Amino acid sequence: MSEPLLKAVNLQCERDERILFRELSFSVMPGTVTRVEGPNGSGKTTLLRILAGLNDAWSGDLYWCGQPRARHRESFLRNMLYLGHRPGIKPLLTPMENLHALMAGRRPVSEAVLSRALEGTGLAGYQNVPCRNLSAGQQRRVALARLLVADEPLWLLDEVFTAIDADGVQAIEALLQQRAAEGGAVVVTTHHDLKLPGMQRIVLGGGSVNDG
Amino acid sequence: MTGNPVRVHPVAEGVSVAGAMKAVFLRDVKVAFRQRQDLLNPLLFFVMVVTLFPLGVSPEVSFLREAGAGILWVAALLSVLLSLDHLFRHDFDDGTLEQLVLQPQPLFLLVLAKTLAHWMLTGLPLVILTPVLGVMMHQPGNSIGILCLTLLIGTPVLSLIGSIGAALTLGLRSAGVLLSLLIIPLYIPVLIFGTGTVAAASEGAPVGAYLALMGAFLFLALTLAPFASASALKISMSNS
Repeated sequence: MSEPLLKAVNLQCERDERILFRELSFSVMPGTVTRVEGPNGSGKTTLLRILAGLNDAWSGDLYWCGQPRARHRESFLRNMLYLGHRPGIKPLLTPMENLHALMAGRRPVSEAVLSRALEGTGLAGYQNVPCRNLSAGQQRRVALARLLVADEPLWLLDEVFTAIDADGVQAIEALLQQRAAEGGAVVVTTHHDLKLPGMQRIVLGGGSVNDG
Repeated sequence: MTGNPVRVHPVAEGVSVAGAMKAVFLRDVKVAFRQRQDLLNPLLFFVMVVTLFPLGVSPEVSFLREAGAGILWVAALLSVLLSLDHLFRHDFDDGTLEQLVLQPQPLFLLVLAKTLAHWMLTGLPLVILTPVLGVMMHQPGNSIGILCLTLLIGTPVLSLIGSIGAALTLGLRSAGVLLSLLIIPLYIPVLIFGTGTVAAASEGAPVGAYLALMGAFLFLALTLAPFASASALKISMSNS
């Protein structure tokens, strides 16, 4: 697979009559980690939401596996995993029920696999506690458990390191690196000083793309 | 991690549309039963509004017999309206709505599943309570049957039309007033034909034509409203 999974050509986005970025072009290749960086309000989250297809207020072209994304929406959605600011966790459901509901729309996964994923994110023993009784970090870990069972080749992760402790941050870094080694593509926005070998950087605010 | 090479999966390799709809439906029902006061709210409102009429206007049998069906219909309409803001709001706030929009299945079908869950949790209990309140309002037995039937056909229409308004006003901080202003005009035909059917039945006139029209409302709403709600959700999502 030498074709980029996702290719952006001349992306431009305006918000509240302010141009967040213009002429932004980059490719997300399989087996790479891409970090979107920039100061607060520079449009990192907006860019990620545009890539995920949640925001339609942009101009330019987006290609999924070489095809215009708009015409291959189903294939794109099937193969893309997006984790946003809001973790997508229902406070009234338990971690297990949440994970089950999230996976039920994408791919059938057995309870045992989900249980292992929750243990893998340090939530062993919390499977049956309603999520509202968990801490902010633990709730994010429930969302992150999805990464352990995900088969989507493209991951778009918004601020994954928020509210996660030092050990967790290390584990996520290792996971991203392992995912890239397996051939997956990961795009992350973060203020955390993430340094991985071969990482592509997209710097917003200045509007440039660097290979690092 | 499986260790297998990561690859692009064909669309067919996933969950069927019916399976995904069922999952959405079941999750909403489960969440609703964890928060029972939200579930009881529209029901209590319905009962209170109906019981206030004999106390506030007149407890006379002749008045209640004449106005009863209309009062029950208006109370049901208002209590569905009251519950609409919850349809997408919580999901929007906790991010599950984003994940719903990003599911590979057609969004309008997932929205339809959500709306059906909403109806089952608000509209259907109202229909079930109606016979009791109908007796309280001195409705003749024949009218109560027709009243329940019109509400059974009418309340899903209210939920379906309401889902459009709820989706459109999702991005707003205080959606209440605007939601009512948007939705009430669309509710009026349903109300007129709903109460008209009961009035015709109490006069002994044939109600077949009325019921056919209400059925037409239901199928129109069932086929069109989910498309409108899905588009409205995408717009609200885009602006947040």
